[in-house]
Amino acid sequence: MPVTLAQVLKARRAAGRAGLVPFVVAGDPSSAATLALAKGLEKAGADILELGVPFSDPVADGPVIQAAGQRALRKGMTLKRVAALAAKMKRAGVKTPVVLFTYLNPVSTLGVEGFARLCARSGVSAALVVDLPAEESRELSKALARRGVELVLLASPTTTDARLCMIGKASGSVVYYVSREGVTGVRAGLAPGLAARIARVRKLTGKPLLVGFGVAEPAQAQALAAHADAVVVGSALVKAAAAGGPAAATRLARRLSSSLERKC
Amino acid sequence: MKNPSGGGRPGFFGPYGGRFVPETLIEPLRELEAAYDAARRDARFRKELARELATYVGRPTPLTYAGRLSKELGLRVWLKREDLTHTGAHKINNTVGQVLLARRMGKKRVIAETGAGQHGVATAAAAARYGLPCRVYMGTEDMARQAPNVGRMKFLGAEVVAVESGSRTLKDATSEALRAWSAESRETFYVLGSALGPHPYPSMVRDFQSVIGHEARAQILKEAGRLPREIAACVGGGSNAIGIFTAFVKDKGVRLTGVEAGGKGVRTGLHAARFAGGRPGVLHGTYTYLLQDAAGQVLPTHSVSAGLDYPAVGPEHAELRRTGRARYSSATDAEALKAASALGRLEGILPALESSHALAYVMRERRKIGRNALVIVNLSGRGDKDLGTLCP
Repeated sequence: MPVTLAQVLKARRAAGRAGLVPFVVAGDPSSAATLALAKGLEKAGADILELGVPFSDPVADGPVIQAAGQRALRKGMTLKRVAALAAKMKRAGVKTPVVLFTYLNPVSTLGVEGFARLCARSGVSAALVVDLPAEESRELSKALARRGVELVLLASPTTTDARLCMIGKASGSVVYYVSREGVTGVRAGLAPGLAARIARVRKLTGKPLLVGFGVAEPAQAQALAAHADAVVVGSALVKAAAAGGPAAATRLARRLSSSLERKC
Repeated sequence: MKNPSGGGRPGFFGPYGGRFVPETLIEPLRELEAAYDAARRDARFRKELARELATYVGRPTPLTYAGRLSKELGLRVWLKREDLTHTGAHKINNTVGQVLLARRMGKKRVIAETGAGQHGVATAAAAARYGLPCRVYMGTEDMARQAPNVGRMKFLGAEVVAVESGSRTLKDATSEALRAWSAESRETFYVLGSALGPHPYPSMVRDFQSVIGHEARAQILKEAGRLPREIAACVGGGSNAIGIFTAFVKDKGVRLTGVEAGGKGVRTGLHAARFAGGRPGVLHGTYTYLLQDAAGQVLPTHSVSAGLDYPAVGPEHAELRRTGRARYSSATDAEALKAASALGRLEGILPALESSHALAYVMRERRKIGRNALVIVNLSGRGDKDLGTLCP
């Protein structure tokens, strides 16, 4: 039975903690490793898995995810293969809902309908297209919705109030809030004024927020969990996986997961 | 393949163009669009820009009759001498405009990407003149082959950031500049160097560069008494080409030809001929012709000239081609090198390798262009920076 991402987060909140949303680059360094990682992350308490599609020119990503994407591309990873990997995860018993996280060009190569079909076939719950702004997303959003797939839109610290309302209406059941300007990557501490900004974004979009960009440490996740519906952790996990394999990334996820619990 | 969102609205050229960027950059681009709209309607801004173009850049640039070359080719070839501008290429027309706009917007610094280094040098010069610190992103491959320009940028007070990612050329420098801008857009103005990228850059850069064509049109009417049969310009992102084409778009009898980098030959795969070898896609915020593989990954490019070595073409060129108003051809590395030597030998002019592609096209196609036909070649830059390649 299909469940929205918002419902997943609501259930987790009812169980006493904010959601944990790990981001991994599909195929870094192999499909088998990503599958093992997905299983480990689910056991560690992941609520939603962001599966990154590697792209040759990732303008929103910092050095860690750029390098991971390059490793995956060298192994021949493509959008279609990422979708196949998502389907394989499902067959292997991974139940965590998957958000396909991609840049626009591989999507536009398939065409809007082709991409929507691919998403539906592979059983992903949602798609997020980093460089497709809300104004341009209607056609894709409709094509996905017809097949029961959400399109998650981004909000950022530079987004105006009027746009936040528009993004809230156009996004699926949740909004991804990029908590800092700039690209992905680990930074120390939480941005100043973040709590107030999160509250404003949630109010204006009217949707639960996945909050990401720059979260690395359990302490940061814990601080953020007091305000966000779910915490996205990307570069830190990708780095841990690159250094110590799926097991190391899973250990970090477990620590992050329990830090989210303690707080709530 | 359709534009993923339909197109056909402000910021689009037919189906091409648009603003396909991460959310963080949407507001900075809207701020830029509003500021530019206000500036272009402001007589004081226009007057200051015109004065700077006249007294700092050195405009109008001459239209030179290439007599010996013409005789050899059986054509009448005129050269629009953008190589004679301050800093030696058309790039300065745009950077003076954008840096004046940055100052007007109260920005604290400017950043830029560069391939051949001409845009970097032109940005560094304008930034120095208008008192803003400047940082230029440049691929390490380009830093090696265009070393004189790295020195010039540093001399003009700019910081040059070496970009090691990807193919270490213009594409990667542009990605890095966009990343930097998304982190510091409140205080930083991004001076984009070609008629490329997200709206409003393709239109704004075209407007600042269209002075080339307006001058050339008046000059050829004065010198030859009529409009040319054809205008040829090289096309990387395509700013010098759109700059000279724009004033002639309504003159239906004037054939407009853009010349892409054919590299080692379009069939070898080692080139930057987007129209011959690419299909529409999205890179750096714009929907346009793009060299990419079947899965939508951007392909590496090759050209002897760093300024044409880029996998996407300006979106307005894609539209001019779609409507048939402009045609696009290509010239190989070897043809461009030969054309550069010919111009040196016959006219005493050392052209940039980029501009040499336009010249090479005219030399190769002289018979098709027609006996004694009047042709303007946009000589977009000078070739001092290329001496290492031309005389190894």
